Amino acid sequence: MTPSRTLPRLALIGVVLAVAAGGFAYLGGWLTPHELTPARFVDTFQRVNGVHAGFRRNHAKGLGVAGLFESNGQGLRYSKAVVFQPGRVPVIGRFSLSGGQPHVADDGGAVRGLGLQFSLPDGEAWRTAMINLPVFPFRTPEAFYENLVASKPDPKTGKPDPAAMKAFLDRHPETVEVLSILKRQPVASGFDNTTFYGLNAFRVINSAGESTPVRWLLTPMQPAEASSDASRADRNYLFDALIAQVRRHPLRWHLVLIIGQPGDPTRDATIAWPADRERVDVGTLTLDRVEAEETSAATDLNFDPLVLPAGIAPSDDPLLSARSAVYSRSFTRREGEAKQPSAITAADVRKAE
Amino acid sequence: MPTPRAQFPLVSRLLHWTMAVMILSMLGIGVAMVASLADYHVLVSIHRPLGIAILILAAVRFVNRRFNPPPPFPATMSPLERRLATASELAMYGLMFLLPLVGWGMLSAARYPIVLYGSLHLPFILPHSPALYAALRRAHTMLAYLFFVTFLAHVGAILFHTLIVRDGMLKRMAPWSIRREW
Repeated sequence: MTPSRTLPRLALIGVVLAVAAGGFAYLGGWLTPHELTPARFVDTFQRVNGVHAGFRRNHAKGLGVAGLFESNGQGLRYSKAVVFQPGRVPVIGRFSLSGGQPHVADDGGAVRGLGLQFSLPDGEAWRTAMINLPVFPFRTPEAFYENLVASKPDPKTGKPDPAAMKAFLDRHPETVEVLSILKRQPVASGFDNTTFYGLNAFRVINSAGESTPVRWLLTPMQPAEASSDASRADRNYLFDALIAQVRRHPLRWHLVLIIGQPGDPTRDATIAWPADRERVDVGTLTLDRVEAEETSAATDLNFDPLVLPAGIAPSDDPLLSARSAVYSRSFTRREGEAKQPSAITAADVRKAE
Repeated sequence: MPTPRAQFPLVSRLLHWTMAVMILSMLGIGVAMVASLADYHVLVSIHRPLGIAILILAAVRFVNRRFNPPPPFPATMSPLERRLATASELAMYGLMFLLPLVGWGMLSAARYPIVLYGSLHLPFILPHSPALYAALRRAHTMLAYLFFVTFLAHVGAILFHTLIVRDGMLKRMAPWSIRREW
């Protein structure tokens, strides 16, 4: 074969390989360095909070718990999930405070988190990462990200730049609206009497194959009590109180499904559904053990909200897939790092005995 | 005069092309999902069962190779090329088994339920261990890159033989039967 025929053929082979490699690089996001990816999300958490090896990139301060969920069977009307069949399943979980600082002093105003795993037979699991906000301030992953960037403390003042935050709020009236609702919410005195919300809408599927939009929440059976200033001198006053409360008696919550109607928004966590929506009490969560992060199985668990059993499915809320992706990236990073002692140690937990 | 030994047996050719599509999709899905927020969940939900399907087919293919051995290398391949081809084939067989097993193992070590479909789950094959998860997770990425590079080399070599050496190398694996010697 003459060179005049060989060269175009060689070029063709080169083009085929370049297209394949280019397509791979494009899919991997290497050609779009400004696109928001899970890795860039977690990088930004680290820029804002610093890197705290071994800890979650958000909700870094926490304490493990364990107990059980006793289903009353009422949920079966809407979901075929095994967790809703009458009976008990073991639960492990983790109470936390929002923010990436694992040793921050407890702040009653910080967002409180509760991650739970219901362990079901045959290797199924239901994980939910709940917070104490009835509505979420951000509609999209991008809005959450913008807020995260705007909340980065200015090195000079140690506080976020007010101009950046104002610019963010000007662009996001839905966030302003949610913040004004949240301001009117009373803050519960402790983790024990806090109501936790599932944050996003989901879909449940029953044995007839009917799909229903739902949200869920945990309503405390411990009496409501307004937050007081009494014990604030203790840096861990919320967690220490939780340890003491669980020692006295198991803590209980009702798990409640809010049944959505056609037309209720499922892809907007900033909007609450109408107050008259049916609420179904599907069972009782009992937490009777506290465990420091050093020993709790919840420490090395990713409370990915899309670990769902058959019978519960994601809604079209774009936050869900993004939460799953970013939690996973945060999990991968911290699991590869050497563990540091948590703020609440095993000794703190034993001391309360 | 037809020489059936010049082409791979039909079952082998079908397995090759089915797996080629699956594996290439898998590598694309894998690299896309870790960079994606909006599509992460959908892609992961495909990635896991597809990985297990590849593992099963890799076993089928391995057994098939015993019963349907490949045709001899064409005379146009030098001894060095033969060694390289054998090595890359070995690498691809290894990766077909290793990548899904490492994926299964890392999810086991992290205690992620491994959903195939509905409530159908795989058992955990390793103990709950953060360090094991972190190491296998890293290995999963590295092995996937290695697989993609091996794939590029494989395609490049076949195209080189087919277009430049013009020995009809690609026909050995053509999905249709070729009834002549080349």
